[in-house]
Amino acid sequence: MHHLDAHYGSVQVLFDVNLTVQAGEVMVIMGGSGSGKSTLLRHLLGLEVPSAGSLTVLGRNMSRLDPLELTGLRRQMGVAFQGGALFSSMTVAENVKLPLREHAELDETTMDIIARLKLEVVDLAGVGDLMPSELSGGMLKRAAVARAIVLDPKLLFFDEPSAGLDPAVAAAFDDLILRLRQAMDMTIVVVTHEMESAFKIADRITVLDRGRVLAVDSAEGLRGNPSRRIQNLLNRRPEDPEVDAAGYLRRLAGGA
Amino acid sequence: MGRGAVRSLDEIGYSAALLGESLRWVFAGRRWRQPVRLAAVAAQMTEMGILALPIATLLSATVGLMLAIQSLYSLGLFGAESLAHVGIALSVTREFSPLIMGILVAGRSGSALAARLATMSINQELDALKVIGVDPVRFLVAPALLALVVMLPVLTMWANLVALAAAGLYVSTALDLSMAAYLSGTIAVLSPGDLWHGLGKSTLFAVLIVLVGVVNGSLVAGGAEGVGRATTRSVVQGISAIVVTDMIFAFVVTQ
Repeated sequence: MHHLDAHYGSVQVLFDVNLTVQAGEVMVIMGGSGSGKSTLLRHLLGLEVPSAGSLTVLGRNMSRLDPLELTGLRRQMGVAFQGGALFSSMTVAENVKLPLREHAELDETTMDIIARLKLEVVDLAGVGDLMPSELSGGMLKRAAVARAIVLDPKLLFFDEPSAGLDPAVAAAFDDLILRLRQAMDMTIVVVTHEMESAFKIADRITVLDRGRVLAVDSAEGLRGNPSRRIQNLLNRRPEDPEVDAAGYLRRLAGGA
Repeated sequence: MGRGAVRSLDEIGYSAALLGESLRWVFAGRRWRQPVRLAAVAAQMTEMGILALPIATLLSATVGLMLAIQSLYSLGLFGAESLAHVGIALSVTREFSPLIMGILVAGRSGSALAARLATMSINQELDALKVIGVDPVRFLVAPALLALVVMLPVLTMWANLVALAAAGLYVSTALDLSMAAYLSGTIAVLSPGDLWHGLGKSTLFAVLIVLVGVVNGSLVAGGAEGVGRATTRSVVQGISAIVVTDMIFAFVVTQ
């Protein structure tokens, strides 16, 4: 990602973002509400076009790809959306099989076996015949991961994986992410606002604030970062009010 | 120009683009090894056509009876009841069957399509499709379009049969005619052009219903409330588009 700017209408959301994710690492993009992390993810997925700058994913410049080339690139990427985004009209197994059905010329039995295996990887053995509406929030997220990894992607994205989960389930989900990285040798990008989760799974963390990258560092590096804004963010402290004491005194004294 | 007018123009442009893209997937999808799935088309045909048969039958029979009652009453003023089958046959095949079936399907399937797409959009399912490498137009819009372009004319033909039969029952009983005599009179009046007129209109209505539903569903904003708004808007716009197009079609074809 090179000098990337993004706008929604006339509002600029990302400012000159530069970011490189190394192959095989877990990169966590962290920031509070409105920091631009979801917008950043949508650009990484090719769902939005940057207003300036360039974005290279798996060696391909996203802005130079035609729709068919973009489809080809996306076959090497998997995404687990925040709410799962499973197709409500299909069973869980049909959801997991959809990428296979669309992109791989396999017979039904082989697809069934692969879907069952992927569901077992995410600890969801035996739920293939259920509809998404019959799953809990945590199970939905796991099923979405099974669908995301069914084509063995090189790059896996998670959007707020711990959001809405109780601490025990969230911790288990973090373990799943680490297990996947180890077992499948993937590059993983996680967008989250959960500090605990970020520090547990990240090789490096990108801190976003108001559309700008504040820092890119390891968890240890961030803990030792002297920036007050970063420390406020890490320690969940509200922003310090910007008090101009000298100006206030001048105004009291009737000066300019 | 007002914001509403700009939005309308925007939606018309989007509809045209959707139609072009759907046709591109239908005709070129197989060459790109991304065909429009026949299973999805069949599922939509069942949902939009077969499952609509009971209500379509009820409405068509009612319209046929209503036309028979009104025709006998109005022609009776001039002592011309024996010509009732002429007006009934022409108005059923050229006007009422395509119009009533179009309105029925706009209310039933156009709204369902809008609600489905709106919900999918809000739940990020459309994003998920794109990221999986599945074009939503190929996966959702093209099958619905193909299915309705086939099924709405089929429903219209069915409505013709049911309405004419129901009207025939009433007229033959009221005028003490045999059903065979009524039907042979009806067949003598109708030309293939009358049937094609109705079927042509229903094909056009099918395209309108799908495009209106898809545009309203995919441009949804504002959560669950937005889904409701998109659904209502799709029904109102769909029916309005059908009625206006019906008039324009009738004017152009009869000149």
